[in-house]
Formats: sequence, C-alpha cells, structure tokens
Amino acid sequence: MSEKLLEIKDERLSFFTPAGEVKALNGVTLSMDEGEVLGIVGESGSGKSVTAYSVMGLTAYPGRLIGGTIRFNGHQIDTMTEKEFRKIRGNEVSIIFQDPMTSLNPVYSIGNQIEESILLHTDKTKAEAKERSKELLELVGINEPEKRLKQYPHELSGGMRQRVMIAIALACEPKLLIADEPTTALDVTIQAQILELMQELRKKLGMSIIMITHDLGVVASMCEKIAVMYAGHIVEYGTADEIFYSPKHEYTKGLIKSIPKLNAEEKERLVPIEGQPVDLLNPPAGCPFAPRCASCMKICLREMPPKTELSDTHYSHCWLLQKEEFEKGGAEE
Amino acid sequence: MGKYIIKRVALGLLSIFIVATITFCLMNLVPGGPFVAEKSISKAAQEALNAKYGLDKPFLQRYLTYMSDLLKGDMGLSLKQRGRTVSDIIFSKLPVSMRLAGVAVAVSLLVGIPLGCLSAYNRGKLADNFIIVLATCGIAIPSFITSVILLYTFGSKLQLLPTIGLNTLSSYIMPVTALSVYPTAYITRLMRSSLLDVMGQDYIRTARAKGLGNFKILFKHAIRNAILPVITYVGPMLASLMTGSFVVEKIFTIPGLGREFVSAITNRDYTMIMGTTILLATFIIIANVIVDILYKIIDPRINLK
Repeated sequence: MSEKLLEIKDERLSFFTPAGEVKALNGVTLSMDEGEVLGIVGESGSGKSVTAYSVMGLTAYPGRLIGGTIRFNGHQIDTMTEKEFRKIRGNEVSIIFQDPMTSLNPVYSIGNQIEESILLHTDKTKAEAKERSKELLELVGINEPEKRLKQYPHELSGGMRQRVMIAIALACEPKLLIADEPTTALDVTIQAQILELMQELRKKLGMSIIMITHDLGVVASMCEKIAVMYAGHIVEYGTADEIFYSPKHEYTKGLIKSIPKLNAEEKERLVPIEGQPVDLLNPPAGCPFAPRCASCMKICLREMPPKTELSDTHYSHCWLLQKEEFEKGGAEE
Repeated sequence: MGKYIIKRVALGLLSIFIVATITFCLMNLVPGGPFVAEKSISKAAQEALNAKYGLDKPFLQRYLTYMSDLLKGDMGLSLKQRGRTVSDIIFSKLPVSMRLAGVAVAVSLLVGIPLGCLSAYNRGKLADNFIIVLATCGIAIPSFITSVILLYTFGSKLQLLPTIGLNTLSSYIMPVTALSVYPTAYITRLMRSSLLDVMGQDYIRTARAKGLGNFKILFKHAIRNAILPVITYVGPMLASLMTGSFVVEKIFTIPGLGREFVSAITNRDYTMIMGTTILLATFIIIANVIVDILYKIIDPRINLK
C-alpha cells in the first residue's frame, strides 16, 4: 500500500487554560489519500478546526499536542519545529478561513498579498510573481485581474475576497487544501459559486481537500469521505453515501434528522438533538454523546465504545453497534 | 489629496481666527491690565502707557486694529519686554524649544514603540509585567519630579551632566529625558494594546498560514495596522512640546518659548498672550493635517474628503 497523504493516529490535543485542561481532541485517527475530499462535520467546539489546524502547526495558544502522531506528505508533523512548519505552510498545505472580510490585511493590495506567498516559497522574481498572481486570479474566476491586483481588500465584495483567499492558498500548488467553513460567512448564491469553484479547481489541480463545516449540504455535494466529530472524537466515518443513507451513530442520525426537508409536511417540526454539548473541561468517562443519547445504556456512561467496522470504509464508535455485532455473532455460532 | 489639503488649510485659518477672537475677548474680560499692578507708576504715567499701546481705545476698535495688523503678519509690540516685537521674541526662542521637542519626540517613538511591541509579544510574561509597571510609573510621575531627580543625581551628586542650557550635546540628555518620560510611557501602552488587538486579527492568522516568520508578520502585517493610534497621539503632542515646556525649561534654565507662555499671562502682556496662543493653535492644526495625511498613506481604507 502506498503511503497516505495524511495520516493522523490517536491525536490528543488540549488547551491549558487558567480554568484547567480543556481536552479538545481525545484520540483522533484519520487518514487521507491523495486527491481525496474529506468532510469533517460536527457542532461548534467538536474539534473539527483544531484537528485541521494541527496539521499546519497553527494550534492557537495555549493549545498543545499531548499525544499521537501526524504524518503528512512525508513529514512527521508532531515533532516539527516552528521553522520547519514555515516551509510547508502555504506551500504544501494551505488554508482558507471562514471570514474573508477579515482574513485579508486591509492595508496591503491584493497583488501584494498574493505575491508575498509566491516570493516566500519559490525562487520567482518579482515580475514572475506578479505574472503568476494574475494567472491565479484568472484561475479563481476574477475578471480584470490586472486591475484587481492593485485594489485593496475593502474595494472587493465578500465573494471576491474569498476567491482571493483561494488564490493565495493555491499560489504554490499545495497537496492539501484545508477549507475551514469557507462559505459560512457568504450569502447563499455566492456559497454555491465558491463551492463550484473549489470542485473545479480540485479537478484541474488534483489536490486533496479537507472541508470543515457544519453545513451537511456542503459535505453532501463536495466530499467523498465524511468524518463526524463529537467532543474531540470521530464518532463515525464513512463515504458520503454511507453517512447519509445508513448513518449508524446516534449523533449522526440526529444530525441528519435535523436537516430541514423541502418535501416535508407544512406542520412537521424539525427534530433537534436535545441537551447541551459536553463540557470539555470535565469530559464524561464513557461515550461523550451518552448524556444526550436517546438509546443510552449503562455501559455508555462508563466506558468509551470501541471501533466497530461496518465496511472497508465505514466505522463508528457506539455500544449499540457492539451489541448488534455480539448478537449477530452469537446467532451465527 | 490636493483639494483636501486646500480645504483643510482654509478650515485651519478659520479655526485660528476663532481662537484669536475668543482669546482676545477672554483676555480683556479678566480684570486688571498690563500696567495696573505696578504701584510705583503714577496715574499720569499709566494713562500715558495705555495711550501709547492703544489700550485706552474701546474694545471693538482694539480688536479690529489687532486683527487687521495680524492679517498683515504684525503681532505688535510686547507690552512688557520693552522695544521687542512679539514675533521677534517668538522667533528667537522657538528654535530652542523645537530642537528640544524634536529630540524628545524622536526618543519617545524610538523607545516607546519597541517597548510596546516587546511587551505585547511577551504578553503575561515577566518582561511584559516589568514594562507595564515602568510605563505606569512613567505616566504617573510628573516631569518636575523627574527633572529634579535627574538634576540632583547626575548634575549635583555625580556631576556627570551639565545642568544649564542646551549648549553641548550632553546637555540635551537630562531635559530630553525629563520631557520624554511621559510620552514614552504613553506610547508604550498605546502600542501594546493596539498591537495585542491586531495580533488577534484574522489576517495575522492568514499571514502565519502563509508560512511567514514572526519577524515579517510583526514588521509587515502587524505594526502598520497597530501604529495608527500612536500617530494620532504623537501629532498634537509634538505640537504642544514644540511650543515649549514651562517646567522643564525653567528647571534646566533653557531659553525656550515655554516660559513666555506663562509669564505672558501673569504679566498681562496682551500681545504676547495672543502671539503664543495663535502659535500653539497653528502648530496643532498643522500637526492634525499631517496626521490625517499619514493616516491616508498608512491605511488605504481612510478616505480624505
């Protein structure tokens, strides 16, 4: 088997705050092939962004990796120094942030900010970098690139700025593009345009994408594989079809049930997931979802459920599945 | 930009006119006059003096005469320093104060900005706490205390530095230090809070994600955004320092303009009061225009209209 582009094993990461240790990631295991699009979904604070940021060494202070290994494109990420990170950031792995309105520096021109990345990671001269910036703007569908290069962020619309962010991210043709809720801050028509653009660019450039979002519609349209995160765990992982048509974890089922349907009866109510997200300062001993789970059993509160393999590509962590497996096994004997 | 400057100059002239008018009125409302308090002068001599300087004329006439002279660039004779015109006095003393202020402001910026950055970069650590304590002291201690301590230590006890005047390079050290303690401390605090704010912005995270080093992030992306409050503060501060500091000039016996401000008022030297007030107003207006232009250069979002 050839080496995976990204391989995270049992990653544990905590934020050491004055109030105590906030356990943001509690053993995340994940792998990605080259050219694959992975969606990470989950509610706020579930660890989606933290997982992706740790690949770039962008974990915010006071967060610290406390266990596990991360390999990316032949680099051992978990032992990398800040200086080594700088070589791969913006070069082999890039990121697009949620809010394009604030992600660009207001006092520098668009051209300056794109060229900066190119000049940093390649041997191109200033003129060549400018030429490349123009190409990049054309690539992300911005008209009159020559004029735009001279403009400042405040002179562009939100969708346009997100396109510029994508151009910056693609400047050095990264192997992996992390998109951290790239469409959340945009209005619906622009969202669709940006997603379409990302699909198109992926086909053209063949890079892998990690799509972080809490919008299930976005993952459904973009991603081949989906990881569902809850309280710093990947509770279910599978192909888009497996997650959407046969969700196994109670949390995933809840998420899918909570999507508004177009063909719903007029008076049908949306089904929310009851309860509050867990407090990561004092995470529960067992399954983190147990306190909110309608089918919670005694063991769920005591022990973390082990992995249940449902197919080559589909797995989940849930005691209910373990129970089913056990009963099925018993029947076969 | 050109249009904007012309507009600002016109507005500035209007402001100066208003300042001059208000000062002229207030000055005349205050009881007493330049020659009233001196008992040795006889009534006849007093009247003769009043007549000589036009003080016997009605208020409105005096105001109109002064304003039309001012338009011609004539600020009149000093009432107390016999035979010298106001512009004479101002232009002989202004260069001294300006030199001192220029050096003091340069020192404040050169020390305050790096200290503020250092403090923000080491937020919550020992260096940060140390700088914050120093800056708080710098803001709290008035310049006459600093001056006296410096004078006592380096001038009198150690006899390292000259205590009088501004004749040698080393004679600048003490007055400049005394003058720049407060602005340095203030700039340090401004820079620290503004930089902390900027370092938390999304575009700094973008810069990190591009693979830029800390040095480049600080100097290219952070400082340019964080420096605006400092510039806002420095403009008017420079203007008021250039017109002299009464305390520091008095303590170090520097022949600057600062003393003239205070003595003009206590002496009721009407023309001198007008001259110094108009000078200060002009400087502040010029400084503000320069600050606005710098704003535009630093931040393209700012629209000068």
